[in-house]
Amino acid sequence: MAETLHRRLGMTDAEYGAIHEVLGRPPADPELAMYSVMWSEHCSYKSSRAHLSDLPTDAPWVVVGPGENAGVVDIGDGWLAALRIESHNHPSFVEPYQGAATGVGGILRDIFTMGARPVGLWNQIRFGELSDAHNRYLFNGVVAGIAGYGNAVGVPTLGGEVEFEPVYAGNPLVNVMCLGLLRDDQLVLGTAGEPGTVAVLLGASTGRDGIGGASVLASAGFDERAESKRPSVQVGDPFEEKKLIEACLELYRSHLVVGVQDLGAAGLTCAASEPAARAGVGMDLNLDAVHLREPGMTAPELLMSESQERMMAFVSPQHVEAVLAVAARWEIDASVVGTVASGDRLRVYHDGVQVVDVPAASLTDEAPVLRRPIARPGWIDELWDVSSRSAEVPFDVALLSMLADPALGDRSWVYEQFDHMLFLNTVRGPGRDGSLIRVRGTDKGLAVSTDGNGRLCVLDPRRGAQRLVYEAALNVAVLGARPLAVVDNLNLGNPEKPEVMWQFTETLAGLGSACEALGVPIVGGNVSFYNETDGRDIYPTPVVGLLGMAEPIPPRPGPLVGGMSVLVVGPEPSTSMAGSAYQRVVHGVLGGRPTRIDPEEGGRSIELAIRITHIVPGAHLHDISQGGALVAVAELLIEFGVGAHIELGSVEEAFGEDPHRFVCVVAPEGVALVAQLAREVGCHVEDIGITGGSNLSIVHRTTTDVPIERLRAVWEGALPTAMHGAIHE
Amino acid sequence: MRAVVTITRRSDIADPEGATIARALSDLGYGEVGTVRVNRTIEVSLPGRDREYVLSAVRGMCDKMLANPVMEDYEIEVFD
Amino acid sequence: MTVGIIVFPGTNCEEDVAYALDALGAETVPVWHRETSLDGLTAVVLPGGFAHGDYLRAGAIARFSPIMAAVEKLAAEGHPVLGICNGFQILCEAGLLPGALIANRDLRFICRPVHVRVESTDSVLTRAAAIGQVLTIPLNSYEGNYLPGPEAARPILRYCEADGSVTGAANPNGSSDSVAGIANSSGTVAAVMPHPERAIEPFMASTDGRVLLESFIAASEAASLGAVDG
Repeated sequence: MAETLHRRLGMTDAEYGAIHEVLGRPPADPELAMYSVMWSEHCSYKSSRAHLSDLPTDAPWVVVGPGENAGVVDIGDGWLAALRIESHNHPSFVEPYQGAATGVGGILRDIFTMGARPVGLWNQIRFGELSDAHNRYLFNGVVAGIAGYGNAVGVPTLGGEVEFEPVYAGNPLVNVMCLGLLRDDQLVLGTAGEPGTVAVLLGASTGRDGIGGASVLASAGFDERAESKRPSVQVGDPFEEKKLIEACLELYRSHLVVGVQDLGAAGLTCAASEPAARAGVGMDLNLDAVHLREPGMTAPELLMSESQERMMAFVSPQHVEAVLAVAARWEIDASVVGTVASGDRLRVYHDGVQVVDVPAASLTDEAPVLRRPIARPGWIDELWDVSSRSAEVPFDVALLSMLADPALGDRSWVYEQFDHMLFLNTVRGPGRDGSLIRVRGTDKGLAVSTDGNGRLCVLDPRRGAQRLVYEAALNVAVLGARPLAVVDNLNLGNPEKPEVMWQFTETLAGLGSACEALGVPIVGGNVSFYNETDGRDIYPTPVVGLLGMAEPIPPRPGPLVGGMSVLVVGPEPSTSMAGSAYQRVVHGVLGGRPTRIDPEEGGRSIELAIRITHIVPGAHLHDISQGGALVAVAELLIEFGVGAHIELGSVEEAFGEDPHRFVCVVAPEGVALVAQLAREVGCHVEDIGITGGSNLSIVHRTTTDVPIERLRAVWEGALPTAMHGAIHE
Repeated sequence: MRAVVTITRRSDIADPEGATIARALSDLGYGEVGTVRVNRTIEVSLPGRDREYVLSAVRGMCDKMLANPVMEDYEIEVFD
Repeated sequence: MTVGIIVFPGTNCEEDVAYALDALGAETVPVWHRETSLDGLTAVVLPGGFAHGDYLRAGAIARFSPIMAAVEKLAAEGHPVLGICNGFQILCEAGLLPGALIANRDLRFICRPVHVRVESTDSVLTRAAAIGQVLTIPLNSYEGNYLPGPEAARPILRYCEADGSVTGAANPNGSSDSVAGIANSSGTVAAVMPHPERAIEPFMASTDGRVLLESFIAASEAASLGAVDG
C-alpha cells in the first residue's frame, strides 16, 4: 500500500490531525505541502523552541533581536550592524561545492534582507580526518564552494575555523556567519505591511530546485537512503546574487519598500506566510505570475521550490513601477505575484483557481512545539573518569607534532582561496584569533570571532559552551575590541534521543549563563538537529559568533623582534587537560572534565587585553586556546621569524587550554606598564621568557632547541601535506 | 580505444552559466536563442579493442567520479 | 580631468578603485556597461570582479557590452586605459591587449600579497616607478595565469622574489614568463593581475600600489592636457 502523502512529506499522523483541526477540513495537497515545510524541524524549531526563551537577548544597543532574518545592533555614529549565522551541513555532504555555495548565498540574503550591505563572511567547517579520500573530497569541495560563491558575489571571507574529527566523517559541519552594515534609517523588516501592499518577487526564476529540501534534507538524519534523497540539491548563482544585492540596496536607499523577505528554505511558502503573520494580515498569492525556469510546475512544487537568489519585496502600489525599473536597471527579473489582504487568510491561486486558503499565521505560529524527553547520558561519567594524565612527552616533540596537525597548522591553504581584502577595510584578516575591519568615516573597528570545539562540548556541553563564549570574547579583546553581541549555531544529533536533548539544553544553559555574565546579548541563533550518520550522533558542536567593537582601532604593534619579554596573562592553569588538542594529538584520547569558566577572571582578562592593545605600544597579544601557551607563542615566533628562550613548569602551563589566558610579547620598556595595568585590573602575569636568536629554546627539566625555520616548515606544511594525497591518489 | 563522455546538467537542475550566456547572446542580436546549456566533455583513452569492456569501464568512472549523479547525467561514445 | 570606472554586472572592485584614486587626488565617475559614450573622460579603468559571473570565460561576455566600443575608441585615441584583474581579462578578450588568462596552475583561487618587479616604465601604469623596483601587491584571482598569443606581449611587471629575482617558486599561478602586467606598444593600454588599490594605506599589505596608481593619474592628467602619448 502506498504511504500517505503527509508521511511521505515527513509529517506525523498527529501533525496531519492538527492541520485538519486548524482548517476544519482535510488539507488539499498544496496546503499539505506548505504545512510540511513550515512545520518541519528546520523551519519551525519544534524540538528546540520551548527551550530558547531563557536566553539573554536584551541590551540597550540591540535594535533587532532573535526572530527576524538577522540580529541588528547599534554601533553609533548612525551605523547599525546586522549579524546572523546559519548551517548548511546536510546539503554540503550531498554536494559539497553547491552545498557550501548555497549556504553562503543564503546567509548573505538574511543580511541584505535587513537593509544592510554584507561586509564579511566567516565559516566554521568540520570534517572527518583527511587520511580518508572522501573527507578530502568534501573538504576541498566545501572550501571551493565558499570561495567560488563568496569571491564572485563580492563579499570578503574574513575568518573561521577548520577541524577534523572522525565523528564528522558522515556528517560534515558547514556553518557560515555574515556581518552587514547599514545606516540607521535604512533598516527593513520582514513585514508584509498593510492591506493593498503589493508583493514583488525579485531575482532568479523558479524551478524544481530542492523540492522538499527543508523537510527532507535538513530534518532527518542520513542513512543508506541518502542516495534517494539526492535530487533535493540546489545550484548557487553568485552572479545573480550580486545583482540582487545591488538592486535591493538601491530599493532601500530610495525607500521604495515596506518590507522584504528572502526566499530560502520553504521558498514562496515562507516568504508569503512569515511577513503576513508578522504584520497580522492575509495575502493573495498568484502562482501564475511567478517567473519560471521550467514549464509545467505544479502548485505544491511552486510553493516548495528552493530556487536560490530570490527575494520578496513588499511595496506600496504607487512604488511598484519604480521597483520594477530598479530591477530592470540591475538586469534582474521581477514579477508582481501578490497583494496583501485584510483578514488573516493566505490564499493561493494557480491556473486561475484558488488552491490554498489557510490562516497565514497558522503556518508559523501554530507549528507544533515538542517537549521531547531529556536524559543525561550515563557515558558522561565514564568519559570524565578517563585520566588526562599520561606518560609525558618531551615538549619539543609534542610541539612539533601539534604544529604538524592539519587543524593546528597554518590554515592559509584554506583562506588564501578566499578574497579577504575586498572593500579595503580588512585591518586583521583570517589566520589567528579574530578579524578586525574598519568602519569607514568613523574611528571604529568591528571585530568578529567565531569559535567551536566539539571535543570540549561532548565532555561537558554546558562548560564547553561557556568556554566558547569567553574564548570568542578574548579573541576580540586581543584586537582591542569590546564584546557587543553573540549569534550561535547549535549543531546537534538526533533530538528524538533524550541524550541529545540533554546536550542541547545543557549547551543552551551554558551559552545563556556565559552571555549573561559577560553582559552580551544573543541576537540570533540557528539550531541544526539530526546531524547523525547511521544512528551515530556528532559531538554537540555549538558555534559562537561574537561581534565586538574597538573604538578607536588600536595602533598596529609593529614587528616582533629579539629582546622582548614573553608574558602569560591570566589565572594559573588547573591540572585538567580535558578536551585539549594535546590530549588528541599527543595521546590520542578524549576524556576528563573541562575546567569551568570564572566570569570574574574572564572579565578581568578581557579588560586587561583591551587596555594593553590601546595603551602599551608594540605589544603583541594572542589568545591561548587550542594547543595552549606554547603553540600560541610558536605561532607568533613563526610569523616574525624570531626565536625565544621559554621556561615552562608543567604540561598544563605549556599545552593546557584553560580559559581566560593570553600571551603578551612586549618590549622591555613596556613590561612595567603591562604589570601596572595588570595590577589595576587584578590579573596575574607570568614572565615565561625572552625573544631572540633563531631557535625556540624550551626549558623544562632539560633544555631543547628547535630552529624556528623547522617549526615554520612543519606548521606551513601541515595542511598541504594532508591534502597532497588527494592530488596524487 | 577512445571514449568521449558528455556530462550534462540534469534538466531540472539550474544552469546559471547557460542562462547568462543565453541572455548575452540575445543582447548580441541573437534574439531567437532559446535555452543554452553548458556541458562538459571528457576524453578517456584505454588500451584494447573490446568495446563492451571500454563502455562498462567508463560507465564505472562516470558513476564513481566523472559525473555527480546529484545533478548530472552523462552519455558515452566509444571510438576506435 | 575625470577617470571613468567601468562597471559591469558582477564587477565588485569599482568602489575600491574609486576610493584609491580619490585618495591619491583623482576625480572618478562610475560608468555602467550599458552606456555608449565616454565623452568628457580622459581615461578609464576596468576594475576587478566577476563581470557577468565570469561565465563562459572571464571577460568573454563583458567584451560585448555596449560601453566597450567607446573604450576601444578612447584607447585608439591614445588615452590611458587600465585593466585590473578581471579588467585585464576583459582587455585581452576585447583584443586591446594580446594573449589570454587561464586558470591558475594549482587550480585554486589565490588571495595573498605577491612581489612584482618593474620591467618597464614605458606605460601609463609604471611611468613613475623605477626599473627593477620590487613592489608588494595583493593578488586575487582564479584565472591569473597569463598565456601569450601569437603577438608578443610587452611585460611591465613580473612576479619575483622579495629580492627581485624572477624564479619559478615566486610565480604564484604559472603565468608565462612570470608576467604580472603588460602594456600595448605605446604603453597607453596597460593591465595588471594584482590589485594596486589594495596596497595604498599603512594598515594594508603595503603601500606599493600608490606608485602604480600615481603613474596612471599622472598619465591621465597629461592626456587631459592633450599630450596623449603615454
